Amino acid sequence: MFTLFANNWSTYLSGFGHTIAGSVLALIASLILGTVFALLEVSESRALRGLASTYIEIFRNIPLLVVTMVFYLVIPMYVVKINGFTAGTIGLSLYTSAFIAETIRSGINAVGDGQMEGARSNGMTYVEAMRYVILPQAFRFSLPALGNQFVNLIKNSSVLSFVAGFDLMYQADSIAFSTYQVIPSYLIVGIFYLILTMPLSYYMKHLEKGGRKQDV
Amino acid sequence: MRKVTKALLVSLLALFMAGCGKPRGNEYHQIVRTKTITWGIKTDTRLFGLLSVKSGKEEGFELDLARAMTKQMLGPTGQAKFVQTTAKTKIPLLLSRSVDVVLATMTITPARQKIVAFTHPYFAAGQSILVKDASPIKGIKSLNRHGIVVLAVKGTTAVDNMKKFAPKARVQEYDDYGQAFAALKSGQGDAMTTDNGILAGIASENRGYHLAGKTFTDEPYGMALNKHQPDLRNALNQALAALKQNGTYRRLVEKWFTGIKGFSVKEAEH
Amino acid sequence: MSSFVQAYQWVNLRFLLQGFWLTIEVSLISITISFILGLILGTLRFSRIRYVSAIEGFVIDLIRNLPLLLIIFFTYFGLPQFGIRVSPFGAAVSALVIFESAMISEIVRGGLAAIDPGQMEGARSNGMSYMQAMVHVIIPQALTKMIPALLSQFVSLVKDTSLATIILLPELLYRAQIIYSQNSTYMIPMYLMISILYFAICFTLSQLAKRLARRLA
Repeated sequence: MFTLFANNWSTYLSGFGHTIAGSVLALIASLILGTVFALLEVSESRALRGLASTYIEIFRNIPLLVVTMVFYLVIPMYVVKINGFTAGTIGLSLYTSAFIAETIRSGINAVGDGQMEGARSNGMTYVEAMRYVILPQAFRFSLPALGNQFVNLIKNSSVLSFVAGFDLMYQADSIAFSTYQVIPSYLIVGIFYLILTMPLSYYMKHLEKGGRKQDV
Repeated sequence: MRKVTKALLVSLLALFMAGCGKPRGNEYHQIVRTKTITWGIKTDTRLFGLLSVKSGKEEGFELDLARAMTKQMLGPTGQAKFVQTTAKTKIPLLLSRSVDVVLATMTITPARQKIVAFTHPYFAAGQSILVKDASPIKGIKSLNRHGIVVLAVKGTTAVDNMKKFAPKARVQEYDDYGQAFAALKSGQGDAMTTDNGILAGIASENRGYHLAGKTFTDEPYGMALNKHQPDLRNALNQALAALKQNGTYRRLVEKWFTGIKGFSVKEAEH
Repeated sequence: MSSFVQAYQWVNLRFLLQGFWLTIEVSLISITISFILGLILGTLRFSRIRYVSAIEGFVIDLIRNLPLLLIIFFTYFGLPQFGIRVSPFGAAVSALVIFESAMISEIVRGGLAAIDPGQMEGARSNGMSYMQAMVHVIIPQALTKMIPALLSQFVSLVKDTSLATIILLPELLYRAQIIYSQNSTYMIPMYLMISILYFAICFTLSQLAKRLARRLA
């Protein structure tokens, strides 16, 4: 296993880079999208609420792999040429944004209507109240859950391997099936994934515990 | 905590390593005893091994050949069991003994012979390229340019050959032929490359695509089995020779490959 | 438009529905086993038994932090090395069970932790043993609270079965790919159809989860 890594380290590292890049890009995009749809979901307009919940339900209930394949195969035929990495990152972003929207929405609900009323009666507009009072609290409240979404996102980024996205999983495949050292090659990328996900999920657990103590 | 981690990782590794070098029994005796051969076959390759939508079963030249081989080796009561493989999984599945013999468009190469054993060839293929009808690509030479993207399947000889014949092109790898062709159709690459028989099968069903240029490698297909199984290897070779002699082999080649465009039955026979 | 009509001819639909059935079968089997296992593992971890809970917790955390795709490869290529010949079905179910029972055990542990420790003390002072108190008092209460989280985990499981196409399990996505690789004009109709089918199961399950969550809140 060590010689396997020594012989192919640059390939693994390139995969590691693609996995990190894809995950971070998708995180940013899905945070933005997720916040927008969460705001639409709590808005006063019925049409906007309907739009948001349709979007959320669609992406929450269809497998990520199917979403990604559609972006990779169908979109280039009719709309615009995109490569596997881009298609995969878009798929990941849309899929994750639906979950993030739900998380942030419950954060907003947890902050409570009283805060909004208070801010409004202090002369703030709806937008200002959201921007300066509600959202910051909602984010803080849902931070552990958002962190867990990010862990999921990193794990889910392995679907890039289906669309030639040059991520960790794709490189593991490529090395596994050219050297025929299948299990060792997957063990190596397993360690790479754990380097990313383990610290993050332990930190989130720590945050959750801290949060609970403060509440009590 | 750190100690526990280390101990766990080491024991996990040890478990996997322990599985690797296990001595194997005589696979031929086992096959004769159970009267069953487990064949690793393709399900994504028209003409060779394809899961048919109509019947829900695998069909193709290699499936028929595997059945004929089974009867030849074990008599009329012999059972042929099929396990689906892809180009990338066939050797791992053989090494892990999930299958006895791989009969799945597999080229005999020196690199593979270090890891598995092969029978005599049963089919003569050669690598070729598949492009859209409107494509300016005329053959392998036009692929050797920067900016060209060639689509191939993980674990095939085609991937290695591209490094030799068109090192400037970028190769993107997929899990099976269906996915690679879907990617070609979506414009994810300029050409798809693999063996001529496989490409001819795709072109025969999809209008607007053709094989560009002549084959540029020799890809003799052999049945693959685990190393150090001389009894099984001899039995397979004898059965193949018998099928060639009694005309079964020729009948199967003609059944599947007669009238396929860009493909000569004469050349395919080994 | 005509490609849609042709794509949805009966032979194709029948072929897809066989895959749909397999998706449901794999999901149901994996849900049942991983629910039972997750319940046991979660309770075990919650119980804080010396060493056992710590080691178990660490292994569960390892599994939870790996991509399911990787675990599918481990069962498909790894199990045969121990002399176990697995079919794609067996490999997919065991990978799903390993991954999902780890996820579920975490939900169970969280649910148990949310129950007031006073309940346990009360039950114990009424003469129940630790086990009796767990089985009759604590677990039933925790279960009702965790039903929504469990259901959404089951939704994930159903969606995750699609990853098993990589080891050629002939489920819904795999069969759609087979169909459009034989006639590529069917690509869009196939993705549309399987999206609807996946959506149908998952949406039903997640609506159920929402309704239960509202009733229990």
